[in-house]
Amino acid sequence: MRNGLFLLAALAVGAVVFFLARSVGNEYVFVAGYVVLQYLVLATAWNILGGYTGYVNFGTPAFFALGAYCTAAITKLATLPLPALMAAGGVVSGVIGLGMGYLTLRLRGVFFSIATLALAVVVKTLITNWSYVGGSKGTYIVRPMTVPLLGSYSQYLFLLMLLLAVVAVTIARSIERSRLGYGFAAIRDDETAAEASGVPTLKLKLIATTLSGALMGMAGAPYLYYGAYLNPESAFTLDYAVNSIAMPLIGGTTTWIGPVIGTALLSGVQQWASVSRIFENYPQVNVLLVGVVLVLFVVAAPNGIVGLVQAWRRKGPA
Amino acid sequence: MDFSIDLLLNALAAGLLLGCFYAVVTVGISIAFGMLDVVNIAHPAFVMLGSYVAYYVNETLGLDPILTSFLAMPAFFVLGAAIYQIYYLAFERRGQESLRSLAFFFGILFITEVSLILVFGVDYRSVQASWVGGSWHLGVVDFPLRLLVPCAVSLALFGALHLYLSRSFIGRAIAAVSQDPMALRLMAANPVRIKRIAFAIAISTASVAGAMLIVIQQAVEPSMGRDYIGRVFAICVLGGMGSFPGTLVAAMLLGVVESFTQTFYGPSWAPAVSFGFLLLTLAFRPAGILGR
Amino acid sequence: MSVPLLAVEDVGKRFGGFVALDAINLEVARGERVGLIGPNGSGKSTLVNCLCGTLRNESGSVRFDGAQMDGLPAHERTRLGMARSFQLPRPFRSLTVAENIRIPLLYTVNAREGRHLTPAEIEERSLELLGLVGLGGKAGGEPRDLSQVEMRKLELARAMAADPKLLIADEAMAGLSHSEVDDILALLHRLNERGITIILIEHIMRAVMSFSERLVVLVAGRKIADGLPDEVIRNPEVERAYLGE
Repeated sequence: MRNGLFLLAALAVGAVVFFLARSVGNEYVFVAGYVVLQYLVLATAWNILGGYTGYVNFGTPAFFALGAYCTAAITKLATLPLPALMAAGGVVSGVIGLGMGYLTLRLRGVFFSIATLALAVVVKTLITNWSYVGGSKGTYIVRPMTVPLLGSYSQYLFLLMLLLAVVAVTIARSIERSRLGYGFAAIRDDETAAEASGVPTLKLKLIATTLSGALMGMAGAPYLYYGAYLNPESAFTLDYAVNSIAMPLIGGTTTWIGPVIGTALLSGVQQWASVSRIFENYPQVNVLLVGVVLVLFVVAAPNGIVGLVQAWRRKGPA
Repeated sequence: MDFSIDLLLNALAAGLLLGCFYAVVTVGISIAFGMLDVVNIAHPAFVMLGSYVAYYVNETLGLDPILTSFLAMPAFFVLGAAIYQIYYLAFERRGQESLRSLAFFFGILFITEVSLILVFGVDYRSVQASWVGGSWHLGVVDFPLRLLVPCAVSLALFGALHLYLSRSFIGRAIAAVSQDPMALRLMAANPVRIKRIAFAIAISTASVAGAMLIVIQQAVEPSMGRDYIGRVFAICVLGGMGSFPGTLVAAMLLGVVESFTQTFYGPSWAPAVSFGFLLLTLAFRPAGILGR
Repeated sequence: MSVPLLAVEDVGKRFGGFVALDAINLEVARGERVGLIGPNGSGKSTLVNCLCGTLRNESGSVRFDGAQMDGLPAHERTRLGMARSFQLPRPFRSLTVAENIRIPLLYTVNAREGRHLTPAEIEERSLELLGLVGLGGKAGGEPRDLSQVEMRKLELARAMAADPKLLIADEAMAGLSHSEVDDILALLHRLNERGITIILIEHIMRAVMSFSERLVVLVAGRKIADGLPDEVIRNPEVERAYLGE
């Protein structure tokens, strides 16, 4: 399927999702759905660098928060429309991704990963010390109640994230079968052999890091408007780090569908858990389970659900 | 910013003492990553586990944290052996797959931290020990006992490990296995068993490191482990990946730099210092870390 | 035409205290067939790595086609015309056999100036190359299903796909049967007739002797002989190196 056609199909699916959500008649669908779509973008973005290229980024919270705080900083000066804020968040996070990549990607992959771990801590430290955006106390805005044409602001946020998700997934898919995607796969499989075959590994890795970081920043940009309040604790939660890794790994890292499946599964379970209030007294059990499932999949099903399906198809149905 | 010789000397002293502690936190990584090439990013979480074990025993039985930590070392040893076994079966035996092994240890880090939150909550916990609180004076310089005693214990453990690894058969086998597993087989030693023992030793140091941590920091909460990840890897790399003397020097250096930053710029910048260290190290000391 | 295609001057490489290469001097003329032999561990693969940029030599210089190679990353050197196969095969495991060939076509051939291959031509060329090494039937398969010998052939095909001026074949024939060796030798001869310079690193003496116009011997990181194969073989130092082992 050509990329343009896929984009149209994805937009169509998005439209269906949006109108289905509207038909439920409960605002909560948009509020919860926003979170799920946000994770879809983060998981897809992570997978471009992690699954396709083989470089593990533990610093998703850093890139996400940079987008959120970029919005916070700009909003102090002027009120820009959200799409513009998302673009700004994307640029900031992309540049940081590029910078960090440039410093660490010439070394072994593990050093890049360790650096991303440290990055999250450092960005959080810097932001906590930056009084302009409220430091550790956080910052808040008064968010609009309604938006012309659509009605509730929650619907507007949902729609924006939905569009971003469509864009992210389309980008991921178009990379997969492209020359760039082959380059990424070669780097992932054997970087030395890729270099020897003419693949400019550093340049491609920088592209992956920048693109991944930019998408994460774009996903984080509307966060202040979503919750009307933003502080370092909420922006840098462990949830983002674990989920953005667990979702692609559980779904399957080699294709664009993996993060989609992983997000649907994990988000579904987490949403069900919070709605059914089964772990009401122990909200961390929710997140703990994600970690446990991640470890189980990494050990027993390295290619995720997509891999399991492929293996089953190869053996032939019994 | 009040600059005075007194302040400088005290910051230096605190930094050196802190550095010794950092060395014992890092030694687990020096062995696991420096020698065995196992990227155990979950190590700081095990250190936190050590802290909480010390806290719990102190709270319920009133035992001294240092004593507890040494008594708990065998348990940590077993834990380390078990984790290595899983790691080996799932990853090393199948061949290179650093993406998944990194995710594996990240998962372990995460599970450990969240489990601690579930059991102990996010409130700060501390230990009571009779020797904490006093201070040893040398001229204008204060050596608080809560820093001095952990420093001494850390150095003792660090030195003992170094001696053990360089003199004993197991120790030299560990050094050998990181360089030439084939030769080790010819010596009738099983490389996997040797590596497992090495990794278990590395994890058992977390018990002591954790007890030192809760004394030095005066209070702990589960997510503090993450602050240490940048520190330990920076020290490990700067120290030459597995060299004990190098690790000690690097640890003291980082301790002093952090102490100065804290004294003159405030404590909230400390994590940024270690990251800066890590970046500088990675950028300017490529020899020894450009592939293996 | 006296400018050599490859000029290696005083190249040295150490790993810590271990001297892997000690002041290697070597010249390869355009279109030449050079054989490189030496006991295991003598530094042959290290030399190849330094030539191609996979490793950085600490001393000396490498000139290829008149241009200075120092500091150039491996992918640039491949694009300039140096290609090599790895002694221990390094296939791209998540790609099919044909897709393995696609990588150098996409990133070396199509990265050069001039006409780029269309997707259809890439498809065609990968099958053609696989056919040349005898892997035509396995194009859609995966590297994990290949035998060791087949993986070596894939290595060679992948190096050939880069359309090189200089092809370094590092133990491409290990484990091949007598007739398979002949097939690969014939293939290398054909490539050479088209103008490709070839450095053959091998332990199979009859292959090296029949193929090479010139023989270079490396022992413990040093070049101890460089000349006509028949003469080099009778060199006492060379005999000692092989028999005294």
